[in-house]
Amino acid sequence: MKHRLQFTGKKLIRMALLLLGVSIVTFLLMCASPLDPLQTNIGQAALGTMSSEQIAKLQAYWGVDTPPLTRYLGWLTDVLKGDFGTSLLYRQPVLTVIGQRLISSFWLLLSAWVISGVLGLTMGVIAGACRGRWPDRLIRGYCLLISSTPAFWLAILLLLIFAVWLGWLPVGLSVPAGVEAAAVTVADRFRHAILPALTLSITGVANIALHTREKMINVMESDYVLFARARGESEISIILRHGLRNVALPAITLQFASVSEIIGGSVLVEQVFSYPGLGQAAVTAGLGSDLPLLLGITIVTAAIVFAGNLIADLLYGVIDPKIRKGAARG
Amino acid sequence: MEPILKIEHLSVYFTQYEQGFRFFGFQKRQLAAVKDLSLEIEPGQIVAVVGASGSGKSLLAHSILGILPYNSHMEGKIQYDGEPLTEKRAKKLRGREIFLIPQGVTYLDPLMKVGAQLSKGKKDPDTKQRCRTALERYGLGRETEEMYPFELSGGMARRVLIASAVTEKPRLVIADEPTPGLDARAAKRILSHFRELADEGAGMLFITHDLELALSVADEVAVFYAGETIEKAKAEEFSDVDNLRHPYTRALWHAMPEHGFKVSEGTQPYAGNVRKGCSYAGQCPVCREECRTKDQIPLMKYRDGEVRCLYPDEIMKSGAEL
Repeated sequence: MKHRLQFTGKKLIRMALLLLGVSIVTFLLMCASPLDPLQTNIGQAALGTMSSEQIAKLQAYWGVDTPPLTRYLGWLTDVLKGDFGTSLLYRQPVLTVIGQRLISSFWLLLSAWVISGVLGLTMGVIAGACRGRWPDRLIRGYCLLISSTPAFWLAILLLLIFAVWLGWLPVGLSVPAGVEAAAVTVADRFRHAILPALTLSITGVANIALHTREKMINVMESDYVLFARARGESEISIILRHGLRNVALPAITLQFASVSEIIGGSVLVEQVFSYPGLGQAAVTAGLGSDLPLLLGITIVTAAIVFAGNLIADLLYGVIDPKIRKGAARG
Repeated sequence: MEPILKIEHLSVYFTQYEQGFRFFGFQKRQLAAVKDLSLEIEPGQIVAVVGASGSGKSLLAHSILGILPYNSHMEGKIQYDGEPLTEKRAKKLRGREIFLIPQGVTYLDPLMKVGAQLSKGKKDPDTKQRCRTALERYGLGRETEEMYPFELSGGMARRVLIASAVTEKPRLVIADEPTPGLDARAAKRILSHFRELADEGAGMLFITHDLELALSVADEVAVFYAGETIEKAKAEEFSDVDNLRHPYTRALWHAMPEHGFKVSEGTQPYAGNVRKGCSYAGQCPVCREECRTKDQIPLMKYRDGEVRCLYPDEIMKSGAEL
């Protein structure tokens, strides 16, 4: 137990350092951004008609005249007190904006994550077990094709087929346009999430399947599978009893590492489907120089990704008997 | 007695792709890893196959069990219990009558408990009882069933692997290098288990690189060199080097600690690279022109044993000092 606590404690310290680093890098990148917040958000024409006092006020609002170090330290002290500031574009507390966006993105991300994980694992195991035969070639071909396809392009393609030509699914947004918020049903939300989730799943599958296949091939060539065969275990039993068991550990790592890819992919995909989720907010914040919001989103997503990896590490301890028994003894 | 296993002219080939002389395309090539191997094992008999590593010994085990890797194929005849051992039949018999005792702990699934591995996933009380009895026979208690392979000591792992062969009644046991890493005493103990199995009526194929160990337990010894059996001799014939028929066997004899540890020059060629003639031609003291040009040197009956040599009389005459 002591061992576990120490492990978790170390991880938490590492997480704090990581988040600090991520926030500094994000801040520096924003400082280096060539975009002038005033010009982007107000426009050259509007600026031209303003008096110098008005412009000075706006500059103060966007923080143009404050030295970067002061701005960052100010932001950091507030965050440590639990205040992530107010979004400059949405004029709402950053945490409120992130909360709303996260809720609308949550099911989308979760379903894409689960579907790509389950499908990827299944495909990888099948391909690895049938190495060199047609199921393997089919799956490998599919994975290579998908890996070399940009996610946004695939999103547009699906949009074209299912929303425009076939008309089965809505073109974008997370709820039907022109409907009262109270009247939106769960089914509506579901229908709107299908295409973005599908895009994310399809692209996520390739990576997981190819990695799982590689591991599965290793397992099938291992001494213990040879011995299982020599002892008359059937091929199915070998795949289910030895294959899945030994592929499980790397699969967990992959699955939780893919959290970052799903979140990264959602930025592009949500943009294509005009889906008002976290990814889209990140793009808006980045292009609109909304520093507090961008920093907030970066911190939250980095924390989610880190949490994913942490869960994978902890699950390892539960599943791998070497770690489990080692910890019990220590 | 009717042999339990009879192998006639077995060859195992690997398909290899190598770059051709043309700019594109790979040439498919058949590489023989085991060539023209013949072997007989009677019930109750231990036959040792002795050869240096890389001579194709493990492939012999795999071809009997029908578990050769996907890029290989075999030719020749394998008879088990008087009938041809087809791949289908091997599949039915392995783990029921034919058993493999592999090298070490890596042949156990690292993430599965010993008990579950022995029972192959069956949970009925009969199977459980048989596994328990098998473990007990080698001094492994019930707690072993709940252990993972990484918790076993080297000797325990070896005993678990042997126990896996007696969960049923074995008629043919193939032990593939079952003793590396064990000290002489532990190895002898493992071998006494083999003798026991043979005395209970099983035929035993003992594959090893250790001639001394093989002689301590085997009835017959087949010497393997570059994928071929080059000599078959009774174990007791090894008491005197003058009985031995092939210069390589004699070299092995001289390399044994009690015979002076003498090492002969030269290395074993890879089976696939010898396409013609005698594979020992480079090192043989009586090598003739014909030894290099003849396509395949046949395995000949010679003085109660067998030897793959065109001039065994010359070898016999040339005396012990080779």
